[in-house]
Amino acid sequence: MAVQLPEMNLVLLSPEILLSLVAMGLLLMSAWSGKESRGLIGTMALSGIVLAAVVLAGLSSATPSATMGGHFIDDRLARAMKWLLLIATALPLLMSREYLNQHGLDSGEYYVLTITSLIGAMAMVSAGSFLLLYLGLELMSLSIYVLAAYQRDQLQSTEAGLKYFILGSLASGILLYGTSLVYGATGTTLFTAVANAIKTAEHVSPVLVLGAVLVIIGISFKVAAAPFHMWAPDVYEGAPTSVTAFIAVMPKVAAFTAFFRVLLEAFSALHVHWAPMLQLLAVLTLAVGSLGAIAQSNIKRLLAYSSIGHVGFLLIGLTTGSQLGHQSVVFYLANYIFMSVGAFCLVLVLNRQGIGDQISDYAGLAKKRPLLAFLMSMFMFSMAGIPPLAGFIAKLYVLMAAVKAGLLTLAVISVIFAAIGAFYYLRIVKIIYFDVAEQPFDMEVSLSHQIVLAISALIVLVVGIFPGKLLDWSLASVQSLL
Amino acid sequence: MSLHHFLILGAILFTTGVFGIFLNRRNVIIILMSIELILLSVNINFVAFSHYNNDVTGQIFTFFVLAVAAAEAAIGLAILVAFFRNRATIDVERIDTLKG
Repeated sequence: MAVQLPEMNLVLLSPEILLSLVAMGLLLMSAWSGKESRGLIGTMALSGIVLAAVVLAGLSSATPSATMGGHFIDDRLARAMKWLLLIATALPLLMSREYLNQHGLDSGEYYVLTITSLIGAMAMVSAGSFLLLYLGLELMSLSIYVLAAYQRDQLQSTEAGLKYFILGSLASGILLYGTSLVYGATGTTLFTAVANAIKTAEHVSPVLVLGAVLVIIGISFKVAAAPFHMWAPDVYEGAPTSVTAFIAVMPKVAAFTAFFRVLLEAFSALHVHWAPMLQLLAVLTLAVGSLGAIAQSNIKRLLAYSSIGHVGFLLIGLTTGSQLGHQSVVFYLANYIFMSVGAFCLVLVLNRQGIGDQISDYAGLAKKRPLLAFLMSMFMFSMAGIPPLAGFIAKLYVLMAAVKAGLLTLAVISVIFAAIGAFYYLRIVKIIYFDVAEQPFDMEVSLSHQIVLAISALIVLVVGIFPGKLLDWSLASVQSLL
Repeated sequence: MSLHHFLILGAILFTTGVFGIFLNRRNVIIILMSIELILLSVNINFVAFSHYNNDVTGQIFTFFVLAVAAAEAAIGLAILVAFFRNRATIDVERIDTLKG
């Protein structure tokens, strides 16, 4: 019997293939070459990502197209999200090299693991089936567990890795069990085929609904939506700061795209079932994000709760089920990357021998380093959603989508929690500007940090004033959905 | 033997795994075993559905799950060894440096 292979258009996978080659090459290089080539590996990893971006830009614009028997989708959403993923990997990598040097972490495997997790995330955003979704998710997560435990002689880092591993594996298990139930109820793992099977069925089987719920819970774990957020503050605090900056942005982009694919492509007919569940998750997430952050004294823990708060807003955009809502999610994600990367870059700049992890370490920064203080306040104001910064437009669009979809209560609740959240962002600004300086703040800001800070600050400011281009781009990327 | 028998077995294994993670207060190794149990319960589901639906996708999925489970166990044990070197214990209650 001749086995028929599905058509394989490897051109569509070229960014992923290129990155895989780079990762494997760097792994060999780091195994064979001595310490002197470490700087070179970092440079090559960054050039690999830039090269992947060039290849991605060079792909034909005739989308959407699917290959590998429908398992791999290359549409506008996948392209847009891959751009965000490349940025969300390149910027943290660029700003972490000095931190790695200082802490003796600058080995080649760090860059290899970062790139493999990027490949996993890129597979996730292109997933056309639960199979590729799961494989991408695992490749991304497994690399990140190791990164979190990368400072292996530090108790905190290994503990963070262990906690992340246990809860992440549980999440993958739940996602997988849900997938098996969906497969049982529909007889397929392809998103489009699942959607067809649901539409043609006379009634919605409880097995399918249970499967969908478990899949949603699994992905909620990955984006740290309450009540599945408990790993986030610990992991953010314990992991090396450069890793924290990375896991705060990159997996969120990938996991929200997974939400898009699963909810809007596979389970679009089940909107009445999953929308209330996500709304509940959104309210809980907003509450945890804004209330949990108030008592924190560690800046990394605070940023962890802040990111949970942002996830709450993103979930609201997702539950609306409208094009405006989806556009607002992509727009919010794009802005979130730059706000978060900018804030973490400042944490890395100020990080010196045990200083810089506590919020009180930042007291009086404005008197010694006014520019750094200004940038930090700008990122905090943007996260709090104060105009005319990017974070304000992002929150505004989510709220507009919620109101248009008739989710008034949800919109009001989110505004209340955003106001509570503004309290702790403003507390940081107050500490920076009005408290007495205790630290000398005599650190040099290196060129790579300057570049990252300039890019993030510029985007936060320019998008806040002229959001049009980015909004159009977000709209174009979600038009293939629904 | 009907499909239901296999599904009930899968559900029992899955619940055992989840409870093993949350109720176990002694040993991280038991947590790793519970995670394996969850993945194997998924495999039973996939193979059972695959057999009764006459569709081979589920069995292919199972192979991927097995491969990922092996990688996951390797990484979990590696992180656990690194943790043990710092803390000199793998007691679940002693994973408490970071207050969450």
